[in-house]
Amino acid sequence: MIMAILANISAAEIKTLLEQVSDPEVPVLSVIDLGIVRDVWVKDEKEVQVTITPTYSGCPAMDVISMQIRMLLLEKGFERVVINTVLSPAWTTDWMSDAGRQKLQAYGIAPPNPVPQVCHQELFAPHEAVACPQCGSWNTRLVSEFGSTACKSLYQCNDCKEPFDYFKCH
Amino acid sequence: MYEPDNDDAASLIHYLLYLGDNALVLSQRNSAWCGHGPVLEQDIAITNISLDLIGQARSFYQYAASLEGKEVTEDTLAYLRGERAYYNCLLLELPNGDWGHTILRQFFFSVFQQQLYKQLLPSKDSTIAAIAEKSLKEVAYHVRWSSEWVIRLGDGTEESQARMEKALVALWAYTGEFFQPAEYELAAAREGIGPVVAALQPGWWQQVQEVLAEATLQAPEQGKTWMQTGGKTGRHTEHMGYLLAEMQYLQRAYPGATW
Repeated sequence: MIMAILANISAAEIKTLLEQVSDPEVPVLSVIDLGIVRDVWVKDEKEVQVTITPTYSGCPAMDVISMQIRMLLLEKGFERVVINTVLSPAWTTDWMSDAGRQKLQAYGIAPPNPVPQVCHQELFAPHEAVACPQCGSWNTRLVSEFGSTACKSLYQCNDCKEPFDYFKCH
Repeated sequence: MYEPDNDDAASLIHYLLYLGDNALVLSQRNSAWCGHGPVLEQDIAITNISLDLIGQARSFYQYAASLEGKEVTEDTLAYLRGERAYYNCLLLELPNGDWGHTILRQFFFSVFQQQLYKQLLPSKDSTIAAIAEKSLKEVAYHVRWSSEWVIRLGDGTEESQARMEKALVALWAYTGEFFQPAEYELAAAREGIGPVVAALQPGWWQQVQEVLAEATLQAPEQGKTWMQTGGKTGRHTEHMGYLLAEMQYLQRAYPGATW
């Protein structure tokens, strides 16, 4: 049993531990990759506080993520795990780690472009150029700005014909 | 964090319920399109918008519940209030009608919501400001998507244009309510928590007018229509009771049910 062994655990070590907690809807990404863990504060050997921020207001994964973080830290010996949710500053895909971007790509989801292009208001603006995660072609088209989850839009590759998700800039 | 005294607390809770109810009621209406949208991608779009709106409603309700204390939760606020205790604008509770009708309503509301949330960013209440900051990014998508569809349908076929004209006539009289303040909005403005809502009208009108013009739809003449009001103070259309009956059915039939 490893219970109650890890009383002296630092915030940095907890962040490393949290790499085990994945997004239930994009299981290849951890909460650290996503950039939704904003702060970890070890109050004392019994209590830890983790501050998270949602990707989108209605993201149904957030409740599951909170629960998984709590379970993990309780398992590691903390008696009190407080999960705080903050909305400001609002989450942005800029906070996604480089490792996260590479994992998405390998998983078949196009990672967010480094420079957000879609956050402007212009109507009927040309769609964001996104590379196909399967064949790498830039000859792709937007099928729908809204996709299988709030954070993705749907594209199709004109060359290899594969439809794919794009983790849209936000 | 803004800390209201007792007199202001009730007013702030009303204000939060108003903001949350607008989002929840339109979310409930839009969600009825799930599986019925004209094409799969747009079905997914409208239900994604529903999801964003329900998330915004949850944020406002969670905050309201924390101020109410006692046994109040975001769920009791959504599932256990009757229509007189809902403060959403009438426009949002109207039946969906056809796709054009739903799109036009979404457009009117999203443009309004964008104007309103921008003005909530400097709110003295930091929780409201944070919810607005978060939501604005989502609303930007809603505005663009609904604007483009108003234009496509208005400037589309004879059939789609006729339907948009019909929707415009049916919905226009419900747009004035956005800008006629309820008592809790006046209080919010006095406290520096929310904007003077009448002042949002010119910006809204300008944006609406531009899109309607692009859609080749005749914009209604300003000030010529008698505007319906009442929702903000709990006096609803006959549709609201049915909407809640459906939305609240499970919690009414099996009180406290969880799964």
